Amino acid sequence: MGLFRLKGFPGNGNFRHGIHPPDNKHLSNESKVEVMDIPKIITLPLLQHLGVPCKQLVKSGQMVKYGEIIGEGEAFISASLHSPVAGKVKKNTMVTLPNGMHLSAISIQTEGEQVSYKRLWDEIRSKDWPRDCISIYDPLTIVKVIHSSGVVGLGGAAFPTHVKVTPNDTRMIDTLMINGCECEPYLTCDYRLMKEAPRAIVAGALLTARAVSAREIVICVEDNKPDAIQKLKEATEQTVIKIAILKTKYPQGSEKQLIESVIGLEIPLGGLPSDVGVAMSNVGTMAIVGRAIIKESPLTHRVISVSGRGINQPKNLFVPIGISIDEVIKFCGGLTKDAARVVAGGPMMGFSFSDFSTPVTKGTSGITVLTHDEIKSDEETSCIRCGRCVDACPMNLVPTRLALAARYNNTSIASQYHIHACFECGCCSYVCPAKINLVQLIRTGKKLAAASQNL
Amino acid sequence: MPDSNKKLDTIKDFKSSDVKENTAIHVAPSPHIRDTKANTQKMMIDVLIALTPVVLVSVYLFRAYAVKQLLICLVSCLIAEYVFVRMRGRSMTLKDCSAGVTGIILALSLPGSAPWFVGVIASVVAMGIGKIIFGGLGMNIFNPAMVGRAFVMIAFAGLMSAGSYENITGLVDAVSGATPLSAMKFNNTSVEFSHLFFGNTNGSIGETSSAACIIGGLFLVFKKTASWQIPVSIVLTVLAIAGITDVAKAGSGLFIVHHLFSGALMFGAFFIATDPVTSPLTSKGKWIFGFGTGMLIMIIRLFSGYPEGVMFAVLMMNAVTPLINRWTNPQPMGEA
Repeated sequence: MGLFRLKGFPGNGNFRHGIHPPDNKHLSNESKVEVMDIPKIITLPLLQHLGVPCKQLVKSGQMVKYGEIIGEGEAFISASLHSPVAGKVKKNTMVTLPNGMHLSAISIQTEGEQVSYKRLWDEIRSKDWPRDCISIYDPLTIVKVIHSSGVVGLGGAAFPTHVKVTPNDTRMIDTLMINGCECEPYLTCDYRLMKEAPRAIVAGALLTARAVSAREIVICVEDNKPDAIQKLKEATEQTVIKIAILKTKYPQGSEKQLIESVIGLEIPLGGLPSDVGVAMSNVGTMAIVGRAIIKESPLTHRVISVSGRGINQPKNLFVPIGISIDEVIKFCGGLTKDAARVVAGGPMMGFSFSDFSTPVTKGTSGITVLTHDEIKSDEETSCIRCGRCVDACPMNLVPTRLALAARYNNTSIASQYHIHACFECGCCSYVCPAKINLVQLIRTGKKLAAASQNL
Repeated sequence: MPDSNKKLDTIKDFKSSDVKENTAIHVAPSPHIRDTKANTQKMMIDVLIALTPVVLVSVYLFRAYAVKQLLICLVSCLIAEYVFVRMRGRSMTLKDCSAGVTGIILALSLPGSAPWFVGVIASVVAMGIGKIIFGGLGMNIFNPAMVGRAFVMIAFAGLMSAGSYENITGLVDAVSGATPLSAMKFNNTSVEFSHLFFGNTNGSIGETSSAACIIGGLFLVFKKTASWQIPVSIVLTVLAIAGITDVAKAGSGLFIVHHLFSGALMFGAFFIATDPVTSPLTSKGKWIFGFGTGMLIMIIRLFSGYPEGVMFAVLMMNAVTPLINRWTNPQPMGEA
C-alpha cells in the first residue's frame, strides 16, 4: 500500500515494519459459534483485568442468581464481577491464571433454575439491535452502566472499559476506533462475532461514541476478512460508522500501529490513544457494551476460539466466564497426540500454561494448541547482525541492541535506546534467524532498567 | 488422539488427566511460533547456492587452477576454524557453514596462479585474525575473507598483484596477461563489454564474470539473505563517479563499462560488502555503507597505485560500521 492513502482516512492502511506469520485462521474461521452447556462449577478470579482486584460481595453458602453482582470494582481502575449461573457460592479457591497470577477466586456450584445460554447468544446475534434511537441514552448513564456491568476490553489486555470512556476535559476524544483486526494467528472469535453479530457491535459502538462524544466511529478490519467486512457494511448502513479495511499484517491490531494505519498519527512514547484524540476498543467489547446498556445484562459470557493443530475439533464458542479450560478443551474433542503447547490467546503474545483447571477469564480471547512441529526451534547461534529484527520491529527499535544490553545488564544502553517503548509483540523473536530469544531478553531488560531507575 | 476415541460422557466424570494423558505439554514465554524458513545455517547455505554460478564460471575459465584454489581455501578455512574454535574451548561451529562461505569467497578473490601456500596462509589469517580472535561468527568487525586476502596481498605482493595474472588456461582473452582494470589504468587499453560481462578476461578467479555475480547476487537479494540497499548503492555510486570522470575526460563510455563490469565490483557489491555481520543494521545505514564503499573503490581505483580497490574499500567501511550504526539509530515510534 505504501504510497496510497486509505480511502476516506488520513492514514494509509499500513504501518511501518511488522511481519507476516502464517495466520492459520482456516482451521476455525468456518465454524459457527457454538453455545456451551451450563457448567457444574464456575470459578471467577477476583482480578481478571488490569488494575485493582474487585471486592468480594458474597459469602460461602450464599445463593446467587444469574447476572447477580458478586464482586464490586470499587477503585477507578477495577471492574465488577457477575455470576454467569444461578447457584450456591462455595469456599473460595486459589487459581493460577495463564499470565502467572495466583489469586483467590469465587467458586459457584450450579443449582436451581438457569437461563438458557442459547437464548443469550441468540439475543446477541439477532437483528433487532437499535441503530437510530441511541440519543435516548444519557452519556453519563452509559459510562455508569459500563462500569457497573463489569465491562473490560475483550481483546486480551482486559483494561476496564469505563476508564477509557469516562469524559476527560483535558483529553477530548475525536474518534472512536473499533478494533476488529484480530491480527494474532489462529484466533477467529472476533471474526465470527463480526460475521454473526454485527448489529450488536454497531449498537455498542454508537452507544460508546455517545459516551465519549466522538465525532467519528471507525471499525477497523484487516483485508483477510471479506465476509466480516460485508456483514459490517450491511449493519452500518445509514449510520455514521465508517469501515477501514487494512492491510493484513501482524501486529495491525496493536493500538499504536492501528492508529498509525488509520489516522496516520503517532502516539507519543509512553502516551495513550487519548493523546491523539482516539478511544479504542475491541469489537467484542462493543457487543458487550450494547448488551449492557440495551439488554441490561452484565458481562458474563464471551466468544472464544479454540484452535490449533493440537486440538481435535477447532471451534468458536460462546462460553460463560469462569468455565474451566479443561471443559472447553474436552468440548472440542480433546488434545491430539502431538499437542505440545497450550496457549491462552494467540501464539505471538499469548501465555502458555499446563494447568487446565484454570478458568476462562474476561480477557481470554482464545485457546491455541500448538504441536511439537510448530514449536520446535533451531539451535541458537550468535547474532549475525542481519538487521531482520530492525526491519520487523513495529516500534522502530533495534531489538538486537536492546537484547544485548539486557543480556549484559547494561541498563543505561537499554534506556538510551528506548527499551520501554517495546510492547513485546514478538516480531523480533519470530524473524530472528539466529533464534535468539530477543523479546524475552528485552522483557528482562525492561525490568532491569526499571529497577535501576528506582535505586 | 488419546482420548477422543474413549467416550467421555458427562462433565461429572471429567478429570484434567483426560485431556493431558499421553501428551507432554510444554510451557514457555511468548512468542510460541518462529519463522521456520530462516536460520543462520540456511542463510549461509543460501550464500553457497548463490556462489554456484560464480564457482562454475571460474572452473570453466581457469580449470584446474580454479579447482585447486577453491579446494585449498575451503579445506584450510574449515581446518582453521576447527583448530581455532578448539583452542578457545568452544563448541563446534562448523555446521553453521560460515567457514565454508569464507573459504569459497576467499578462493574466488585470489588469482588462479597464486601458489598453494598463499591460499593456506590467507585462510588461516581469515579465520584466526579475521574472525575467531574477535569471538567467532557475529563478533568480527572486518569481513574475514577480506582480512585474509589483504594479508597475502601485502605479504606476497609479487604473487598477488595485477602483473602476476597470467593467461594460464588460454581460455581468457587477456590483454598482455593483465586484468582489464590494470590494462586500462597502466596501458590505456580496453576490453570488449561482452568479455567483461561473461568473464573471459583475466583476474581473480571469481571476479571476472559480472553476469555470474549478478545472477547469484540477485538470488541472495531475492531470498533477503543479502540486503538490496548495499549492492544498489555501491553500483550507483561507482556509476556516478565513473560517469563524471568519463565526461570530464570526454571518454566514449568504455571507461564506465570497465569500472562497472570489470574487477571485483559486482562480486564485491553482492557477496563481500553484503556480509551482514560487518555491515550496518538499518536500511539508512546500509545506504551510507554502500555509498562510502563505492566512493572508496573509485578513489583507490583512480588515485592510488592499485588498479582495484574493492577489498580495501570494504575493509575501511567495515571499520566505520559501528559508527554508522550509532548515527543511524532509528527514532522509535512516537518520539517526536
